[in-house]
Amino acid sequence: MSSVDKAVVRLEGITKRFPGVLANDHVDFDLYPGEIHALLGENGAGKSTLVKILYGFYRADSGTIYVNGKQVQIRSPQEARRLGIGMVFQGFTLIPALTVAENVALFMAELPAFIRPNNLYRALEEACHRYDLDLNLRAPVWQLSVGQQQHVELLKLLLARARILIFDEPTKVLVPHEVEGLFRIFDELRNDGYSLIFITHKLREALTCADRITVMRQGRVVGTVTPAQASEEILVNMMFGERLAEVTRPTEKTVIGEPILELQHVCTRPIGTAPALVDINLKVHAGEIVGVAGVSGNGQRELGDVILGLLKITRGQKIFLGQDVTRWSPRKLISAGIAFIPEEPLSMATIPWFSTLENFALQDLRRFSLWAGLALDWARIKALFQQGFTKLGLSPLPLQARAATLSGGNLQRLVLARELSRPYHLIVGLYPTRGLDVRSANAVRQALLTAKAEGKGVLLISEDLNELFSLSDRILVMLHGRIVGEFRPEETNLSEVGKVMTGVGVVHA
Amino acid sequence: MPNFLRRWKWPALRLIVTVVVILGVFGLFLLLMGKDPIKAYRDTFTSNVLNPRGLSELVVRMAPLLLTALAVAIPFRVGLINVGAEGQFMLGALLGSWAALNVQGLPQPLHLLLLILAGMVGGALWGAIPGLLRALGWINETITTLLLNYLAPLIVGYFVFGPWRAPELAMYPQTPEFPPTARFPSIAGTRLHLGFFLGLFFLAIYAYLISRSRWGLEMRAVGGNPEAARRLGIPVERWILVAMMVGGALAGLAGIAEVAAIHGRLKMAISPGYGFMGFLINWLAFANPVGILIMSFLVAFIASSGFTLQITQRLPYAAVNVLMALILFTVLAKPLAKGVQR
Amino acid sequence: MSWFLSWLSGAILYAAPILYPTLGEVVEQRTGMVNLGLEGLMLLGASVSFAVSYITKNPWLGILAAMATGLAANLVYAWLVVHRNASQLAAGLALMFFGIGMSALLGKPYVGQMAAYLPKYPLLGSQSLIFRYDLLVFLAFFLAPLVWFFLFRTRWGLKLRAVGESPAIAYAAGVSPGLVRYLAAAFAGICAAVGGAHLSIGITGTWSEGMTAGRGFIAIALVIFSRWNPLRAIVGALVFGGAVVLQLQLQAQGIGVSAFLMDMIPYVLTVLVLLVWGRGVRHVAPASLGRVYFGTE
Repeated sequence: MSSVDKAVVRLEGITKRFPGVLANDHVDFDLYPGEIHALLGENGAGKSTLVKILYGFYRADSGTIYVNGKQVQIRSPQEARRLGIGMVFQGFTLIPALTVAENVALFMAELPAFIRPNNLYRALEEACHRYDLDLNLRAPVWQLSVGQQQHVELLKLLLARARILIFDEPTKVLVPHEVEGLFRIFDELRNDGYSLIFITHKLREALTCADRITVMRQGRVVGTVTPAQASEEILVNMMFGERLAEVTRPTEKTVIGEPILELQHVCTRPIGTAPALVDINLKVHAGEIVGVAGVSGNGQRELGDVILGLLKITRGQKIFLGQDVTRWSPRKLISAGIAFIPEEPLSMATIPWFSTLENFALQDLRRFSLWAGLALDWARIKALFQQGFTKLGLSPLPLQARAATLSGGNLQRLVLARELSRPYHLIVGLYPTRGLDVRSANAVRQALLTAKAEGKGVLLISEDLNELFSLSDRILVMLHGRIVGEFRPEETNLSEVGKVMTGVGVVHA
Repeated sequence: MPNFLRRWKWPALRLIVTVVVILGVFGLFLLLMGKDPIKAYRDTFTSNVLNPRGLSELVVRMAPLLLTALAVAIPFRVGLINVGAEGQFMLGALLGSWAALNVQGLPQPLHLLLLILAGMVGGALWGAIPGLLRALGWINETITTLLLNYLAPLIVGYFVFGPWRAPELAMYPQTPEFPPTARFPSIAGTRLHLGFFLGLFFLAIYAYLISRSRWGLEMRAVGGNPEAARRLGIPVERWILVAMMVGGALAGLAGIAEVAAIHGRLKMAISPGYGFMGFLINWLAFANPVGILIMSFLVAFIASSGFTLQITQRLPYAAVNVLMALILFTVLAKPLAKGVQR
Repeated sequence: MSWFLSWLSGAILYAAPILYPTLGEVVEQRTGMVNLGLEGLMLLGASVSFAVSYITKNPWLGILAAMATGLAANLVYAWLVVHRNASQLAAGLALMFFGIGMSALLGKPYVGQMAAYLPKYPLLGSQSLIFRYDLLVFLAFFLAPLVWFFLFRTRWGLKLRAVGESPAIAYAAGVSPGLVRYLAAAFAGICAAVGGAHLSIGITGTWSEGMTAGRGFIAIALVIFSRWNPLRAIVGALVFGGAVVLQLQLQAQGIGVSAFLMDMIPYVLTVLVLLVWGRGVRHVAPASLGRVYFGTE
């Protein structure tokens, strides 16, 4: 019996091209029944595209797909589901306003015409007990934590009668002990005969959890190994090929100076479903990078907004360079020297219709005004534009390109150049490297380190613990709108911080 | 191709196609009503474009259109949809009429200045209400402006039928006639009046400011991405309020201009839908100043054709409403541009 | 006391013409579409039903004609929004212009005429003289819980709500957002036209240009007030109906206030309703409606 028949899924020669990029280049991949197969590679390697083809989201330009030994055409997610393939996406496909039960019902294989809530609940509770998923079926999804939402996604798959389960970067949003819980569920599923594919860029996870690991790089499969055959070193070589330029961390300790920013007992009011900040006390000194760790949604965005002046402080004070700036408008704070690097440059920091030059000019229009605002000094703006990029060691972007056409990485560079080319004392970065390619992410991190070396202050809010550990002088942890922990990176480890992030064993002072 | 022309290539093409489509749709419409479109166009062309007196009539029609189109264009740049030009028009007419009737002893230039200011204040106030509600994040301006459109004629009606009613009997209730110092001057025997030149003036200011000034860039930033604009320190809420007030002011100016130039007294039927026509013009022109000029001319041309036909071929005025709708349907049904640029 | 009863009976009567478009729009907005053209649809319904009822002397044929007209007209709106990706606000306004103009043209020969009326039946078989309504009134108050049941207790209602929350996710679940939107628009078109028709041949028995006087926009406010829940819409409709009747009663009593000021009551009331209930409603609104309503499209 050839190995082709053993496989429950087999992809042969899959090729997929998007404008400007060859996402999958003659990829071969197979999946055995009752196995956990990790698909490993860094951002942009083509892993997501491959599984989306299997799930019917994209159509491959060429290649064949076999499911259970038979050649099939998968033209839409419904057809994939009919073949028993289910997928949990990175951004969840859950509708926040609907309840857990309703979200699952929407994807159920046979849903009765007239829905009787109690029958529905009974059916779902069975599955929850089997795999130890702790969920309140009646709660609207927006009330759930990220880890719980992931469980709902899994429940959806199970009730849709999927046997082949695909997970796209499932651990990205989880903290260490939640990851352990997820892997336990994977084990149970595998023992029950499900076949799992999970995508990750974290080597250790693949080594811990998978039965086989397939590494992809730049659209091609580099190889398939078992954890026994592989080691971290081998996998890194497979993933990257050449050694990546490391971020240069200054070897001597820079002198930590006066506090640039101080928040004293700051509180805000909750808006909608977003948390309120409660009694926030923090200081950022000159020459210091303060990292803020936490699961997304625990007040990080609110913290950034409060510092920028976008969120009103109901109690407490905000002090910048020794001045009480609690009631200052964003415009005043920006002029006083706060730079802001957001998570999504396209939606949060740039105007899509404007050119790169016009976006650049927005940094401080008052400075460029002529005749009290009747005209703008474009010559000066252009000069500053070139300088702004070269100062950061980046090649300047074209002047007239529409911002909407730029990649995330290029946009973030534009934002960096813009924010750092006017006088500033403090950088606030809100998940600044999220979703960026490695080079752009490194450019951002380098800029932060350079700022620190120049004696500026940096507040780095990030969910990438590795990033925080490698860049920060101190790490604060946020939970439910409070600061619940403060660490020095050299005195702790990822697991301990992860536990504080999720409130495990935290003692509130 | 020089940079200037390249930038205008697509908008110009879009403009030309739109004009052709409009004339085509109107022609079809006339056919369906049993009229001859070619003859109608030829007639209108000869009587309203080639004939100086007719041309002045057409241009007279353009005056309120330029201003109401601007009333929609300016909020549009900031990302707002102002459908309340109709109501702002009437409130401007109301307040301006108060200034016309209740202030005595001023020489004409001063009295006119007062009229204009009063009209603009009236319109600005009526625009400020939806503007404020939107700036505070409470209610979308599209709904409030539409509701206020229904309130405005009631307010005007209260005054015209009540405290301001002229004692002498007439077919419809109206105020007494404005004093001569409160009438807009016109050119040499035609009805071409100050209002038209004011319209051109404000259009030119708009064209310059929106593209070259810091305020224009800030406004367009707010319209392009209010979230980003806010984070860049641009006072988004203030701009929303300002844009609605300025837009309202211009519509109000259109109102008092129409009353002071054409009617000479305040009455109920002063707007055959100028506010909505301004909305249509702005939509067709994508808030582009040159486009507004051209489209205002075109809509005035069509309105004149309709008016002529009304006399000669008994076409009811409601048909113009249907026509506007058909034009809008057609334009919405074939998006040529890749995206709306503000 | 009798004043109160007659006010109540009038409130119920006048609630019907606004309950229909509100229910239709609740369904439509639950798929993520805001329709500013309701006013036009109502006027079309009012004029067409009046004309057909006058010609055929059968009010039910008038209602049928109105339903067909509303259906066709709103499908045009849906096509523009779904297939041509047009701005919902602009498309709605185009429909509004069309309805206002077309209804004026169609109805012109019938201004001042009397057409066949809808027959009235007593409420709950009582002998009451004032609580007598035509079938459309009964149907309106029956339709609301029916719509609620459809939205919250059936498979199709769940799918429809999913489209309004996230068309992408609904699509992933095998629903066709486009089809759902067309169906919702069909329902909304029929409802709005019936609301207008009820006004002309159920309540007033006349036709005049623009007779719905902005009810199409008030309905949109009521949709917000009812938080997209058909049962709450009943309350909103009754409040509005009550306001209209109150205004009529005051005018009949010869209160010396200008008719114009009285006429303002429904609009001012609507703005107040929006102010009180419309704020902070973003989290309750169907998610894909958010960009249209609370931001810019």
